[in-house]
Amino acid sequence: MLRDITLGQYYPGESLVHKLDARIKIIATVAFIAAVFIVDNFYGFVIIMAALAAVIGISKVPLKFILRGLKPVFVIILFTFVLNLFMIRGEVLWSLGFLHITKQGLHTAVFLAIRLIFLIIGSSMLTLTTRPISLTDGIEKLLNPLKRFKVPAHELAMMMTIALRFIPTLMEETDKIMKAQQARGADFESGNLMRRIKALIPILVPLFISAFRIASDLAMAMEARCYRGDHGRTRMNAMKIQKRDIAAVALTLFFLAATVAERIVF
Amino acid sequence: MDRIICIENLILEYQAEEGSEPKRAVDDVSIDIERGSFTAVIGRNGSGKSTLAKTMNALLLPTEGKVYTAGFDTADAEHLWDIRQNAGMVFQNPDNQLVSAIVEDDVAFGPENIGVDPDQIRVRVDEALTAVNMYDYRKKAPHMLSGGQKQRIAIAGIIAMKPACIIFDEPTAMLDPKGRKDVLGIIHKLHDEGITVVLITHFMEEAAQADTVVILDNGRIAAKGTPEEVFSLRNVIQSAGLEMPFAADVADRLRAKGIDISEGILEMDELVEAICQLK
Repeated sequence: MLRDITLGQYYPGESLVHKLDARIKIIATVAFIAAVFIVDNFYGFVIIMAALAAVIGISKVPLKFILRGLKPVFVIILFTFVLNLFMIRGEVLWSLGFLHITKQGLHTAVFLAIRLIFLIIGSSMLTLTTRPISLTDGIEKLLNPLKRFKVPAHELAMMMTIALRFIPTLMEETDKIMKAQQARGADFESGNLMRRIKALIPILVPLFISAFRIASDLAMAMEARCYRGDHGRTRMNAMKIQKRDIAAVALTLFFLAATVAERIVF
Repeated sequence: MDRIICIENLILEYQAEEGSEPKRAVDDVSIDIERGSFTAVIGRNGSGKSTLAKTMNALLLPTEGKVYTAGFDTADAEHLWDIRQNAGMVFQNPDNQLVSAIVEDDVAFGPENIGVDPDQIRVRVDEALTAVNMYDYRKKAPHMLSGGQKQRIAIAGIIAMKPACIIFDEPTAMLDPKGRKDVLGIIHKLHDEGITVVLITHFMEEAAQADTVVILDNGRIAAKGTPEEVFSLRNVIQSAGLEMPFAADVADRLRAKGIDISEGILEMDELVEAICQLK
């Protein structure tokens, strides 16, 4: 169960989407998210779906891999769906006791569920096709102008790099601790919600301790490798805007314009 | 004599708790490490061997005494980065020393920090990964690799900084036998290529392959010399809480039984040879 999260997991590849400049991809993702909110009817979703399908197709990331990223947020999607389904008043389609499903409710529920799914798939396309280091480099570069206002762009980027690197490590650690506690009779699966939450404490405490130990080891190793913030630092993959990046910007703008136009027309 | 690391009467104290008596981890140690040599430092847990290693690249500074690395005083903050670039360090836990989620980016981390030219970094990364036989894994994520492979990546990350000397702080302690063998093979290869090696270990067999062995006990040097010299001092080794290398131990016991086996046997094949020569 702990291994299902693909968010923040890179899917190695050599496709055009992979090769795009990270900065462009970040901006395109922001544009995509904006577009998902601009669209207010199902016709708009067709445009978004087409764009997303094109990106997925070019990226050659297997659909199965992408859909796996939805699993952990499935509960949230279901929750919003059910809530919207029953809470919105309007023309009643079906009712059972105090529960009413209305036409408007069904419409909103389906609409929001699709919107959420697009948001998650869209943003995970960014992390799936961009090496974490490029991603954080991109964020660093985009935040660079803000350095003048004392925004610690490099430090933020480094923190993200490390967080991405250690997510799997900490998951393994959690797995190990859980197994160790289970071997000594801990029970995480039964009882009511309160009980299950309480059962997590013996996992969280050792996990925190081990996270601090890892952090201290890593800090030592980084210092030994001459890390001193972004002072005098160079990068192996210097970022240069290519023709394909400009093309991607043009396509993104076109896509954004199409969604805006669609909203005005329909 | 060209010494890359020169430790003079080093004392290192630390305070375990606020207000408590300072504890002495390293007590009056002097060691010279020659350029191109292979030195093993052995000792039981808490003997101060890791602490000693960390003073060699200024991760820890002496309480008293001096440590010179590549000609620079480690207490001199101005040359801190020269010292660390010259004396790389590989740590025990392969997981906790890799920074990036992609192998080649991690190897590039060190050269990036010291401001190497981007094209040059690419060359160095490829060379370093080839040197540890991990070139084919350059695009992989570290958590998909075995402990031994991760440790080899960590070594590549240091090689890419082109240090004159590498300090290995128990690099094989957390590895399986296969990983241990691979990592040791690489350490020996690097030494053959002219890199000075300091190997902190608690495996006697690893120490037996060094040029010089230093035994630490309670922060003090209990013995120092060639492996043959040091491993003939059975009493010193035992009082330092260590065990003899297996081959040396068997040879010793056979000699005690009056069987004629020559002195200075450390390796298994030497022992086998000596036993086969018996009449």
